[in-house]
Amino acid sequence: MSRLRKVLDSGEFAVTAECGPPKGADPDAVLRKAELLKDKVDSINVTDNQTAIVRMSSLAACSLLKSAGLDPVLQMVVRDRNRIALQSDILGASAIGIRNVLCLSGDHQVFGNQPQSIGVFDLDSIQFLQVVKGMRDEAVILGGERLETPPDLFIGAAANPFADPLSFRVVRLAKKAAAGADFIQTQCIYNLERFGTWLKMARDRGLTEKVYILGGVTPLKSAGMAKYMKNRVAGMDVPDEVVKRMEGVPEGKQREEGIRICVETIQALKEMPGVKGVHIMAIEWEEAVGEIVDQAGLLPRPTLE
Amino acid sequence: MITAEQKPIQEIRDMISPYKKILVLGCNSCVAECAAGGEKETAMLASALRMAAKMNEEDVLIEEKAIERQCVKDFVILLDDIIDQYDAVLSLGCGAGVQAVGDMFYEVPVIPALNTEFLGETKEQGLWLENCLGCGDCMLYYFGGICPLARCSKQLLNGPCGGSMEGRCEVDPDMPCAWQMIIDRLSRFGALERLEQVYPPKDWSKKQGVGPRRIQREDQQR
Repeated sequence: MSRLRKVLDSGEFAVTAECGPPKGADPDAVLRKAELLKDKVDSINVTDNQTAIVRMSSLAACSLLKSAGLDPVLQMVVRDRNRIALQSDILGASAIGIRNVLCLSGDHQVFGNQPQSIGVFDLDSIQFLQVVKGMRDEAVILGGERLETPPDLFIGAAANPFADPLSFRVVRLAKKAAAGADFIQTQCIYNLERFGTWLKMARDRGLTEKVYILGGVTPLKSAGMAKYMKNRVAGMDVPDEVVKRMEGVPEGKQREEGIRICVETIQALKEMPGVKGVHIMAIEWEEAVGEIVDQAGLLPRPTLE
Repeated sequence: MITAEQKPIQEIRDMISPYKKILVLGCNSCVAECAAGGEKETAMLASALRMAAKMNEEDVLIEEKAIERQCVKDFVILLDDIIDQYDAVLSLGCGAGVQAVGDMFYEVPVIPALNTEFLGETKEQGLWLENCLGCGDCMLYYFGGICPLARCSKQLLNGPCGGSMEGRCEVDPDMPCAWQMIIDRLSRFGALERLEQVYPPKDWSKKQGVGPRRIQREDQQR
């Protein structure tokens, strides 16, 4: 069974992290990251060719994490595979013992290193959630054919409280919950006020009782990174105060400041009703995760039966 | 309308280089509307090719003509009297036109001068937008008259994605977010609740599931 599900079901504040597979075929590159994250978090998301850049497949990297004794969350985007391949990989993932899946649209192919590729988008992320739920709970694939053995998966989705239009963001969350999401991981939170507004709207619709919401955080490495994310990354909301705070410390101290902001955000999230955990996306900085989790008072991670 | 753009002149010159007698053939329908292959563009391309041939001292005959529709047999057959004078046709029709002409005059190579683009609307002078995929199962009613398959970069039927910011698409800030447009339009109609349901996966068999599509209507056949 999914460790993430056990932690969330037990009422503990869950901690997940992210691991980007290498641009290469070296299994040790994955296992080294696994070593950094082991015992620091409950489960580890493995990204699926994020920003449309070719990397080791998420399924293979999850398998490596699984063999190292970790609980991987298989990220799957609908950009690269049609419904035949998606359903097939869901069965394969369950067969090798992967117990969590995160269903995503995926970054558009124009942003990556294969801009001449075709974007598949045969299903959208919400339809994909519905398909996985149907496979798990009713043992049927799209079209109604029965599965001999249904997959055993804890189903996740993403939400971006900072994209527009705000009023519709919670409608979309409701659609994801209705389609089959058990848990939600959000876009990186720097604007706690806006996140709070979104969360209240979610609570008002009863959605925080239907899905486990994990707040997303990303530690900033530098003031430059803060500005880049503010100005260049679509769907990201980095308030001026955060940029100023990063700029206010000398360069050699900016990483520490980034970690401090991240820890403060986690502490604020812990106090918000409806937030059941945190998802730490330390981009190519997995070394920082242990320190963040420790400073946020989230260690040791619970031991569960 | 079907939109198209002219290929680079060098690519066209390379393709026609084996031939000595070339008919540059325009089409006065869709590609005329999008200023790519009508009578005027055909004359301009033919004269540009003649000039290039002259400058390179190539001995070729390049003549032009435009017909009403290259994609309809009744019009293509009008070329029957003149086609034998040429050893190639350079077509400024869309891809369907190029193939229809080639179908009728099987012995003559028909070379495309245009890149056929999409089913679009003339938004303003010099601006054409893709807004229909020709999916075979129109869903415009549900989405306030704005097609998410053609106009959302990720073809989401349950959008908008997390990259919609201030009404713009993350893929290109000059492009409006189709889902913002859908939400705005449905709000105007008081029909936003249509978006609360999960739209099921698209039935693509209506578009490409059975190979090339055909429409066959007995009531129209003679």
